[in-house]
Amino acid sequence: MTEIYLDNSATTKPSREVIELIGNVLEKTYGNPSSMHKKGLEAEKVIEEARRHISILFNNRASEIIFTSGGTEANNLAIKGAAYRNQRRGKHLVTSSIEHPSVLNCFLFLEQEGFSVSYLSADTRGLVNPSGLESLIGKETTLVSIMHINSEIGSVQPLKLIGQAIKKANPDTLFHVDAVQSFARLPMKLKEWQADMVSCSAHKIHGPRGAGCLWLREGTMLQPLLHGGGQENMMRPGTENAAAIAGFGLAARQNNHSLQQKTDYLAELKIAFYNELQNSGTSFTVNGPSPDTGAPHIINLSFPGLKSEVLLHSLEERGIYVSAGSACHSRRSDPSHVLKAIGLDNESLESALRFSFSTFNTKDEAVSAARITAEVATDLLSMFKK
Amino acid sequence: MAVKILVRYGEIALKGKNRGQFEQQLLRNLNAAVNSYHGRAEKMHGRFMVTGPDEHCDLMIKKLSRVFGVVSVSLVRETELDIDEIKILAAEMVDRLPDDQDTFKIETRRANKKFPYSSPETNHLLGAYLQKLNPNLVVDLKKPSFKLSVEIGYSKAYLFLDRVAGPGGLPVGITGRSLLLLSGGIDSPAAGWLAMKRGLFVEAVHFHSFPFTSHRSQEKVVELCRKLASYCNKIPLHTVSVTAIQKELNAKCPEDLAIILLRRMMCRIAEMISNKRGLQTLITGENLGQVASQTLESINVIDKGTGMLILRPLLGLDKSEIIELAVKIDTYETSILPYEDCCTLFLPKNPVTKPKLATIEKYESNLDIEGLLNEAMASLETTIVKEY
Repeated sequence: MTEIYLDNSATTKPSREVIELIGNVLEKTYGNPSSMHKKGLEAEKVIEEARRHISILFNNRASEIIFTSGGTEANNLAIKGAAYRNQRRGKHLVTSSIEHPSVLNCFLFLEQEGFSVSYLSADTRGLVNPSGLESLIGKETTLVSIMHINSEIGSVQPLKLIGQAIKKANPDTLFHVDAVQSFARLPMKLKEWQADMVSCSAHKIHGPRGAGCLWLREGTMLQPLLHGGGQENMMRPGTENAAAIAGFGLAARQNNHSLQQKTDYLAELKIAFYNELQNSGTSFTVNGPSPDTGAPHIINLSFPGLKSEVLLHSLEERGIYVSAGSACHSRRSDPSHVLKAIGLDNESLESALRFSFSTFNTKDEAVSAARITAEVATDLLSMFKK
Repeated sequence: MAVKILVRYGEIALKGKNRGQFEQQLLRNLNAAVNSYHGRAEKMHGRFMVTGPDEHCDLMIKKLSRVFGVVSVSLVRETELDIDEIKILAAEMVDRLPDDQDTFKIETRRANKKFPYSSPETNHLLGAYLQKLNPNLVVDLKKPSFKLSVEIGYSKAYLFLDRVAGPGGLPVGITGRSLLLLSGGIDSPAAGWLAMKRGLFVEAVHFHSFPFTSHRSQEKVVELCRKLASYCNKIPLHTVSVTAIQKELNAKCPEDLAIILLRRMMCRIAEMISNKRGLQTLITGENLGQVASQTLESINVIDKGTGMLILRPLLGLDKSEIIELAVKIDTYETSILPYEDCCTLFLPKNPVTKPKLATIEKYESNLDIEGLLNEAMASLETTIVKEY
């Protein structure tokens, strides 16, 4: 059975070159970058080369990149680091209700620590409305954190408008963008967004787990989360994970050119999938942004009358790997906070599936996945309807 | 450094002629239990002695206290068969106790009658010696704050202060081989544990309905087997898909009879596995009167589905007692993980509580029973689950 992997928002398959490079670094460049001998220098060079390749995607200077263990740590460092560092200026923070858990849970933690947090709501398309933002931000507001592409539904936030609103209300308020889903898929327009911090992760762009980074505007001060040696400008101590960082660098390099072409290709896959599914006659609804406006690689659909998890496992039996919008448990039901926040009804919540594409997928795969999805859904529906 | 752990057994010592066989089985089980810690068990005058590396001492004691047939285990100190050596060791052990432990009792068991002092004489000699060294110590035979035990063996003497209780019961494997129908709920692991306690070797079968249940629910069953395996070394786990059977029942039979029909099919599959593996009885976590499929009428109809003996060890327990047992044997936390019954598609809202055998058999005559059983057996997968 051929495998069609359409869960690329969860993680991507590392490229062959990345796997090879990681093996080589582990085998040959095993020195500690802090060591003074040749072995240390070699490892340091590997890391600095990766930093340069990644900086190209940020269209910015390499010195402003702090390597972390991944997206979650980058988000934690940005949010907690900025909140604590600036707490004497104020203790008000702003985010949205549809952020990733690694952002939302930082804010929930900070609320327990005595900070006050405002949560922006999102409309049915999954878009945060920037118009109320300006009046929300005051002198006490030190940080706003809004994601770029929503990982579950693929809505693309109007970061330019959001950045404008923030900086107009208070130029000292820091703006953090969780770009884990958009890095190497959409351009990082740091100037246009007026962003101060941007998080991203290696394993979403065909790199390895265990590496990510926070881009930090020069001069932005954070309270580090960890204390130890002086690595990463004192911002992230701990012996660098040179092999994973090298893999991250190579993945970035493999993706840092012809971005528009890649974006177009991903959108083509998504539309081919959507059109095929629609022509099949299967009944489904689109959650979040319409297919022609959302992120190029994510589409979230509901299949009324079915259960996500059953559909997911049935697709798995046919070699197709996707994500469920909610886990359906008999005793406990915990639908996705994002789907709930954009106002889906119960039937859509319980039957939501996310299909996410990467440049490793082909158009044939997209079309064939849609056909199989239609078959499986029709088959299951006849049983559920009994 | 090596440590020595004394293992006591109870019920099996009473079994007359079968005693040798029982001891052999227990010895094998003890050795299997401590094998991964590089421990070794030996027979010794009505007890077993386990010798193993110091660094795994606590794990070995925990593991040995889970071997069925064991009444209690003690970490012992070994010394020469010489009253003066015994006195010195006793004084050293007492010296390490906290000061508030000031009432005591000495209990000697002399297996080796060639030792020159009888048990009461040894008690007396040691007690007097300890009191001479520690004038604060008071003998209290009824409620001592510590008890020093002395075992006089044939080549060495052993002293110890604590006992860890074992589970009792009979050594696993001694009474026969069984197949446990393991669902992933609270009841069936407890039923399996009770079966093992009475000396049954247990294999398990789990029925899943992927894609209507998830991989996680199958992993959960593996985890339950792993927990049970900590009492019996290993559990062969068979998994079988009943999706095709459920689809067929869903299509051809009334909804309210589906559970009874499915249970009968499960027992038939279990019978086929038992015949293949030489297993003599089925074990289920069924109780009486809890849910619809557990009325006397339902159990009777389910029983008639196969020719096999079906044992139900939980029959005498209340739900609260079953939960208490599941907590004690450490399966409860795993059982309540919410993975099973991902979807209620095949769960009827009002199952029949008093099914009639004739009605059930009528519906079964519309089904290709043999074909369905063979299809299910074709999905059979077997893994050996061990604690590590």
